Amino acid sequence: MSRIHVTTTINGEETDFLCEPQQTLLDVLRDDLDMTGSKEGCGSGDCGACSVILDGRLVCSCLVLAPEAEGRSVETIEGMAEGDKLHPLQQKFLEMAALQCGVCTPGILVAAKNLLERNPDPTEEEVRYWLAGNLCRCTGYDKIIRAVMETAADLRGAA
Amino acid sequence: MPKDEYQSRAFNIVGTRPIRPDGIDKVTGKARYGADMTAPGMLWGAILRSPHAHARIKSIDTSEAEAMKGVKAVITRADFPKLDLDPGMADILDNSMAGEKALYDGHAVAAVAASSKSLAYAALDAIKVEYEVLPHVVDVDLAMKPDAPVIHAARQDETVPEGLSENVTSRSQYGHGDPEEGFKKADLVIERHFTTAATHQGYIEPNACLAQMGADGQGDLFVCTQGHYMVRDTCAEILGLEAGKLRVTASEIGGGFGGKTHIWMEPVALMLSMKSGKPVKLVLTRDEVFRATGPTSSSSTDIKIGMTKDGKITAATGTFRLQSGAYPGATAFLSAMCGFAPYDLEHVRTEGLEVMTNRPKAAAYRAPGSPMAAYAVESVIDELCQKLDLDPLETRLKNAAREGTKSAYGPTYPAIGLEATLKAAQEHPHWTAPLGENQGRGVACGFWFNFGGNTSVNLMVNPDGTVSLSEGNPDIGGSRASMSMMAAEELGIPLDQVRCVISDTGSLGLNDVTDGSRVTFAVGLATIKAARHAIEIMKTRAAMKWGIEPEAVDWVDGAAVPAGPNAGKFPPMSIKEIAAIAANTGGPIAGHCEANAEGAGVSFATHMVDTEVDPETGAVKVLRYTVFQDAGKAIHPDYVEGQFQGGAAQGIGWALNEEYIHDEDGRLLNAGFLDYRIPVASDLPMIEPVILEIPNPGHPYGVRGVGETSIVPPLAAIANSVSRGAGVRLTSLPMSPPKIRAAVKAG
Amino acid sequence: MIFSSPETIEEAAALLAADAEARPLAGGTDLLVRLRARQIAPSAIVDLKRIPELREITEESGGWRIGAAVPSAQMNEHAALKSAWPGVCEGADLIGSTQIQGRCTVAGNLCNAGPAADSVPCLVAAGAVARIAGPTGTRDLPVEDIPTGPGKTALKPGEFVASILLPAPAARQGSAYLRFTPRTEMDIAVAGVGIALSLDGAGKIETARIALGAVGPKVIVADEAAQTLIGTTGDDAALDALSQDASAAATPISDKRGTAEFRREVIGVLAKRAAKIALTRAKGDTA
Repeated sequence: MSRIHVTTTINGEETDFLCEPQQTLLDVLRDDLDMTGSKEGCGSGDCGACSVILDGRLVCSCLVLAPEAEGRSVETIEGMAEGDKLHPLQQKFLEMAALQCGVCTPGILVAAKNLLERNPDPTEEEVRYWLAGNLCRCTGYDKIIRAVMETAADLRGAA
Repeated sequence: MPKDEYQSRAFNIVGTRPIRPDGIDKVTGKARYGADMTAPGMLWGAILRSPHAHARIKSIDTSEAEAMKGVKAVITRADFPKLDLDPGMADILDNSMAGEKALYDGHAVAAVAASSKSLAYAALDAIKVEYEVLPHVVDVDLAMKPDAPVIHAARQDETVPEGLSENVTSRSQYGHGDPEEGFKKADLVIERHFTTAATHQGYIEPNACLAQMGADGQGDLFVCTQGHYMVRDTCAEILGLEAGKLRVTASEIGGGFGGKTHIWMEPVALMLSMKSGKPVKLVLTRDEVFRATGPTSSSSTDIKIGMTKDGKITAATGTFRLQSGAYPGATAFLSAMCGFAPYDLEHVRTEGLEVMTNRPKAAAYRAPGSPMAAYAVESVIDELCQKLDLDPLETRLKNAAREGTKSAYGPTYPAIGLEATLKAAQEHPHWTAPLGENQGRGVACGFWFNFGGNTSVNLMVNPDGTVSLSEGNPDIGGSRASMSMMAAEELGIPLDQVRCVISDTGSLGLNDVTDGSRVTFAVGLATIKAARHAIEIMKTRAAMKWGIEPEAVDWVDGAAVPAGPNAGKFPPMSIKEIAAIAANTGGPIAGHCEANAEGAGVSFATHMVDTEVDPETGAVKVLRYTVFQDAGKAIHPDYVEGQFQGGAAQGIGWALNEEYIHDEDGRLLNAGFLDYRIPVASDLPMIEPVILEIPNPGHPYGVRGVGETSIVPPLAAIANSVSRGAGVRLTSLPMSPPKIRAAVKAG
Repeated sequence: MIFSSPETIEEAAALLAADAEARPLAGGTDLLVRLRARQIAPSAIVDLKRIPELREITEESGGWRIGAAVPSAQMNEHAALKSAWPGVCEGADLIGSTQIQGRCTVAGNLCNAGPAADSVPCLVAAGAVARIAGPTGTRDLPVEDIPTGPGKTALKPGEFVASILLPAPAARQGSAYLRFTPRTEMDIAVAGVGIALSLDGAGKIETARIALGAVGPKVIVADEAAQTLIGTTGDDAALDALSQDASAAATPISDKRGTAEFRREVIGVLAKRAAKIALTRAKGDTA
């Protein structure tokens, strides 16, 4: 099978890879680039564990073909912290125990980051609906929603 | 009877809420889960599954797949060694790879390993299987009928009464007194039939492993599981390997809830690696997770309870029928034990019937057997309260089991926390908050035994005085944090001086599966004992240095001190100082504990929920939810709360929308997260956790397991709130909108 | 499989026309699910997202033309479109999750021809017209004529929907979409109602179009139900009649997502509730 050469920007760095045309962006991230922070929970866009930001938009990387990434910008969980400095959401999730098993956590953090970039002052309902595509089976969402709301408040306070 | 371990004391670290030690890896994406590991030269595995609910496998032609370029191994059941396994082990093998018959839609019939994922799937398409489709049965009541299609013949034990299908494999009975006499004393007796659908644990991480078998018979397996020792021992036995030659490492685990306490496909990965001579990664798809890894049992239950008009239960009986899927071994016996466990009853009888069906092998799911039993029992108690105009909390308090009560399943309770949860519920503002139109408030109680079991812990004092703690239970919800906290507490050192790791099967003694809410209790107990062991050694080393008897040394705030003025006058010797002289005082310092822990304290909870029903559509909105549960002692309260909240959320899903839906051919119609509807964030309110702490006599700090009880009350609590809000009593789960709408219409 | 990403409509049409097994890719939220479930194995995928005009929402004769590669999130970020056709935008905003809405398109939702497609009923109620591109040029077709049954469309080989035109809204117009799902989000409609209506100067309903989703093999245009409303003020009696007409127009089946009886009942409830929202919006225009 002929492979396609794709050049794209991942977490700010130009990256290129060869892929089969039917491979998804998630496949390439995980299996070819060893960026396994994005998780495959369903492969059908129903769980959000593979959430990435593609050209500024939150998407499921399992529903993006890898060749579509040509010339685009991809942000993943691996790019969320700046070196050793955690993103405020990451720090708050730790402090507020907003994770248990942690497998949905990367997707939720990426989704929450995208929300706060668009809406710095979301209501609880807005957070819940924004994150409705990110399934978590451990927490009942309670601590996750609180952590997102508190981070938003902190960021507004700091701004 | 376990000895009384509990000692009241003040804590420095236990009970605080530090950041968990594995947290940073999990928020940055570095943590490696089952599917995140690779090996040089690795192949991709894939499994071909039966499209039929029940079929004889007439032939499997793998020749075309084997001839494909890049396909390195194709296996069927014929590739597995023919060993004389006991029936339980033979079932696990048969469930991993079908033998003569495919027993459910999704049953594995062949597998491949190939150099890429896409090739592996293409190879599956090239395998030709000829089936003879057989009659099937998926419903538990139909499967019990004498003329039902039989899944396996001759698996009944001697407890099963005559006249039932061979699918009924076992009957268990519990209770005491004479219920018929008791019912005569009741002012009102209600008898109801209930059903619950099969629900899946719904962990977000699909089952995955990486298997690597060497030509010398030594192997390595990296796997997401709740119990890697169980995986080692089971795989070794059914593959004819020696357990010591197979090293199993538990990956980070993306949820399990009981579903990963079983073997599903690990022997297949190992066999593919054996046959190909290469490492093989096998990751299930979500479709496979739903079709081929066990959900919990669906159930059919009859409950009869008598009550006086002032609210005393005079007698109770229950029959619980649980389907076990394609093999014997459901948890109806646990339903029969748990259903009436919260109450002090003079007359009580229960029976549990285990029933095979053409469904995936039923698996443990958080307090297996208890939620469906509590749903039925707590619904009938609530209906009695409604009809007798009694307060549902007061009535439960009146009948509540307490210290000294002979439980419905036999043992007499030591100190327990049910009353405390009920009283906390009465005093909580939630109980008296106003309700609007079509809104109702429901309460229900729940019980789980909790478990101890085989446990090994090593605690090494490093040369610099830091501590390495090794335990052998996958960390499913923060247990490395709580073990580190207990070790630091016991040693009297700062938390950041302890690092806890989950050891592989080659580096630590046996540990039972992470189940039965056992880890904080049993591993915690072993951690404390390992720390005490290390302290004894350190006291000896200090004594040696000081030239006094070890008995004359105490351990205070992380240092050895002379036990009293008579012991001599020496400044405290810290753990760091003792570690520094270890080489000259007898060598490395390590404490350890290997035990089969007993004394896991039973656990009770009371849940309170407000719902609003849309009478025109039957939709139920959960407005407010409060969990009251006895934790014995909350080591890390955040993660105790998390267990309360998570269990409640799963219970809400079970109550309202989750179910396995089969077509008339027995095929699963909703094998995905779109149509198997676990609650999403916008479906739920905040879930308020109220932790009660009634110390467990069997643990030094009073710990009780907390992981499972929280899923027990929600089913009935929601049903009771719907009944009180919309005036309809649903006796079948899930209470999906069409059912509620039909009930509202029928009045 | 061949992946191509043409930059003009003509090039895309030529690629699709040249290969009967080729599939157009817009948001991919249906196509990739089926691809990954190995339900389809197209020989080629033609990505439409590199065609600039298909990524735009443009004003046209007072209405709005939505390119086939415009994700539904982009529609809901477009204030003027949202104000003109709130019902259409809320339908698009209910497809899947935030992540899905970052990719899915109303053209894809239409051409996937699922009976429960959330964006379709209100597009139909709005009188939207699809512009179809193909090997011989373009043609226009009302959106209700695109799906012909579950998974089937009126598109000919090599054709694809390039854009959808929402007409200029009438004066004093309101539109709404309501659906019923067991979950609040991330779900497939058990029943869905799209409605667009306008009022005359006296506050009576002058025009109305109602379309029903998930209660038949394809979207149902409920003309009788609409007629029931016209000439009334949308009072309780009119809404009750509407409710009954909507239930009568439905031809649902029972499946894993709901029973026929339940769907028939709920479609009536939704019709009434959606009409109320549309009325409120229409009155807001006059205020």
